[in-house]
Amino acid sequence: MPKVIFASHVQRHVPAPDRVVDGGTVRTALDAVFADNRPLRGYVLDDQGHLRKHVVIFVDGARVTDREGLSEHVRPDSEIYVLQALSGG
Amino acid sequence: MTLRLRVATRKGLFTLTHRSGKWQIGEPAFLGDPVSMMLDDPRDGTLYAALNLGHFGVKLHRSRDAGGTWEELEAPTYPTQPEGAAGPPWKLVQIWSLEAGTTSEPGVLWAGTIPGGLFRSDDHGKTWQLNRPLWDCPDRLGWFGGGYDAPGIHSIIVDPRNGKRVALGISCGGVWQTEDGGGTWRNVARGMRAGFMPPEQAGDPNIQDPHRVVASPGEPDTLWSQHHSGIFHRPAGAPEWNEITTAPISNFGFAVASHPTDPKTAWFVPAMSDQKRVPVGGRLVVNRTRDGGRTFETLAKGLPQHACYDLVYRHGLDVDGTGRWLAVGSTSGGLWLSGDQGDSWESVAGNLPPVYAVRFAN
Repeated sequence: MPKVIFASHVQRHVPAPDRVVDGGTVRTALDAVFADNRPLRGYVLDDQGHLRKHVVIFVDGARVTDREGLSEHVRPDSEIYVLQALSGG
Repeated sequence: MTLRLRVATRKGLFTLTHRSGKWQIGEPAFLGDPVSMMLDDPRDGTLYAALNLGHFGVKLHRSRDAGGTWEELEAPTYPTQPEGAAGPPWKLVQIWSLEAGTTSEPGVLWAGTIPGGLFRSDDHGKTWQLNRPLWDCPDRLGWFGGGYDAPGIHSIIVDPRNGKRVALGISCGGVWQTEDGGGTWRNVARGMRAGFMPPEQAGDPNIQDPHRVVASPGEPDTLWSQHHSGIFHRPAGAPEWNEITTAPISNFGFAVASHPTDPKTAWFVPAMSDQKRVPVGGRLVVNRTRDGGRTFETLAKGLPQHACYDLVYRHGLDVDGTGRWLAVGSTSGGLWLSGDQGDSWESVAGNLPPVYAVRFAN
């Protein structure tokens, strides 16, 4: 099952431990994390469920480009890194 | 009772207390984080702070022990945007104003936001609802951003006699008023003049940029505005706004404060111009009128009068509930207090982060 890893930067505001979850896409993997950690959702996704403007996600080293749909596929052994983008300051 | 001043800055929320004749600054809350607005609810002492985190969005926190401990609340959220909906994205960009309802509506809060939505909470900020009559008003699509990409509600005036009467200042969308708690709204910016528009549109109420709109709690029907194009005043019962052209130094600026009980008394902090947002001649001053804008006094005692380039933004000026104390905070991190209605000022801090808002905890 894919592993979701959150940057330490967000952990200053809200608990965000690494999680191993079910999910075939970035969206479903994140939804699985947020199902147990609702406060974290608003730090990563905006009102419309899109990736926040200054947050980036890497899956096995490749940056996620479908920032609205988060439809990129993930493998059972994928690592999903959720990071703050330098564009945010 | 100890007088307290909250200062929301780009890097934290500061609290100053007045003890033994001196202002003392305490350790900041949310150090490092931009605090866009705060509210000391006078009804129950609860303190609210709205954050605008660079990476992680808008957050709302509440303290029931005057800032000792905080709990995070769910911030207002825009509903799902219908496909093809015109106007700015339905995404919360900033909480720009935060006000309490009346004493007969405990728990009611109003939040004005960028991109132009007004939210209401009936449960001390636990949950929020977007005011749909205003958001769905077709005129909203005629608003535009002033200093930000999208329009925003920076001023909320709740009539203390009747919480169903609420007025809003919107940049750039004019001044709006409801008499029925937000069920219906009408634009009441007639009389304002927008010098930044083509001449035939200068009087359009829906595109006005009132940088700030305030009223005296003791006489909330009289409104003052520091507008992008000058100072405007709407006395109680007047059908439209009057432009006040008598202010010395400059009629450009962002901030205005209205005396809590005397609607004829108001303070302004002039800046050079739209193109040069600094004090005129390097001298920071405050203009005060006591007669509804017929005449002004320029107050400078204790304020920097040489090589000063501090800008006072729209929420950077406040008056306390007695009408005696005034606070001015600048985007360069300067903070000045006056205990005599502005006659003289004391520099309380000179190196704060950029100040977004100052508010007395009344």
